[in-house]
Amino acid sequence: MSALDPVPLLLNINGATRRLFAEPRRLLSDVLREDCGLTGLHVGCEHGVCGACTILLDGAPARACLMYAVQAQGHEITTIEAFDAGGELSVVQQALHEEHGLQCGFCTPGIVVTMEAWLAEHPDPTETEIRDALSGNLCRCTGYHNIVAAIVKAAARRREGRAT
Amino acid sequence: MKPARFAYDAPATLEGVLRSLAAAGDGAKVIAGGQSLAPMLNMRLARPDRLIDINAVGELGEIALDGNWLSIGALVRHDALARTALVQQHCPLLAHAAATIGHYAIRKRGTIGGSLAHADPAAQLPLVALALDAEMDLRSTRGSRIVAARDFFLSVFSTVLDSDELLVRVRIPRSSAGEGFGFRLFNQRAGDFALVAVAATLARGPDNRVARLRLAIGGIGPVPARVEHLAASETGEPFSEQWSARVAAAIADAVKIEENERAPVAFRKELVVALMREALDEALDRAGRGS
Repeated sequence: MSALDPVPLLLNINGATRRLFAEPRRLLSDVLREDCGLTGLHVGCEHGVCGACTILLDGAPARACLMYAVQAQGHEITTIEAFDAGGELSVVQQALHEEHGLQCGFCTPGIVVTMEAWLAEHPDPTETEIRDALSGNLCRCTGYHNIVAAIVKAAARRREGRAT
Repeated sequence: MKPARFAYDAPATLEGVLRSLAAAGDGAKVIAGGQSLAPMLNMRLARPDRLIDINAVGELGEIALDGNWLSIGALVRHDALARTALVQQHCPLLAHAAATIGHYAIRKRGTIGGSLAHADPAAQLPLVALALDAEMDLRSTRGSRIVAARDFFLSVFSTVLDSDELLVRVRIPRSSAGEGFGFRLFNQRAGDFALVAVAATLARGPDNRVARLRLAIGGIGPVPARVEHLAASETGEPFSEQWSARVAAAIADAVKIEENERAPVAFRKELVVALMREALDEALDRAGRGS
C-alpha cells in the first residue's frame, strides 16, 4: 500500500460522525456527494468560481471543491442538508421561496449556505453589500434581482428574530 | 477536473512541517487555504507528489504587535486581515486591500502566506507587502532568514522560497502618524484578479509638501513594482488641485507595462493613470494635515 492509496477518514458531517476510505486527492465535494449521499451541494466549476458547492467548515463558508476530504478531518462540516432540519425552511430558504429567488435551483444550495453565514456576521447589510456578497455565487437564471430581494427580506427577519 | 494522485501530510507543529518539507524534496507543495493551489491541482496545472498541509499549526495563525512592527502569521485568513482591529489600526492599507480579495467564502479560507508564496502578479497582498516594505520570515530545518518584499518576488508565481522553506510570518512596519493610504483596483467582474491595482501611502510634510510617498502597481509586469521614484520631480511640489493627476501621468509615462494576455498595454496604461490619481487623492484625504 502506498501513500497515494485510500486512507481511513473520520468526518463530522452535520453533527454525525462518518467513517469512510478515500484517496488523499479526492475532493471534499465528491466525497460528500458520492460517498455520503449528500447531493444537495452541487458541483459546477470545480475551481472555486461558481460557489455551488459551498459548505460550512467550522461555521465559515468554504468551497468543498477546493478542499480534499482528508483535510476536513477534525472539523465540523455543515452541508445544505442541515438547513431545513425538521422540515422547517431556514430564513434564507423561506425568503428565496417567497421572492422567487430561484429558477433551476442549481446555485441555490451554495447561496443559502453562504448567505446564512454572511448574515450572521453582517446583520444589517445594505443592498450594495448584499450584491457584493452574492458575487461569489453564480446564478445564470434569475438575473439576481429576486435573490437580492430575498436576502434583504431574510436580513430584516433575522433582525426581528423571526423565520417568516 | 480531478487532481493527479498525491500523498498527504498534516504535521501538527512547525518543526514537523519543516521536517516534512526537508524530507520531501522538490515534489511537495505546501497547502494552506488552497484557494489558488487547489484550482491548479484540480486542473492539473500543478502535479505535486505530496501535499504538506499547514492548517494544524496554530502558531501560524497569530497576529501580534512587535514594537514598531505588526507580525502576521502565514495562516491568517484574508477575512481576518480585513476584520481584525490590530490590522485595521496599524496596517490599514492591508486590511482594506484584503477585503477586496475574491469573494466572501474565498476570504474565509485564503491566507496571507499562501497569497504571498503563490505570487500572482495581479494579486492584492504581494502588492501591499511591497508598498508597505514588509519582511518575510522564512524557515527551514537549515535555519531562518528574513527577506524584504522587494527581494522576495522573482517572477510570475515565483519567489525566493527554496523547496524546503516555509514562509512562516510577515512583518510589516506600523503605519506612521499622519500617514494616509489609497488603494484602487480594476477588474472586469467582482472577485476577479485585477487588471491593474495601485497602492499608495503618503503624509503631508511641512509647507504642505508630500512626505514619505510610497507607490506600488500590480498587473503591469511579472511582479508588482514600486514606482514613486518615477515621479520624483513632482513629489517635491506643494499639493495642489492637479498634483495627483500630474504624478499619475508622470508615472504612467515612465513605467514599463509588459504585454500580457489579459488586457492591452494601452488600456492598462490608462488604468494606471486613473487608478493612481484616485489612490493618491484617497491617500491625501486620509493623511493628517501635516505640520
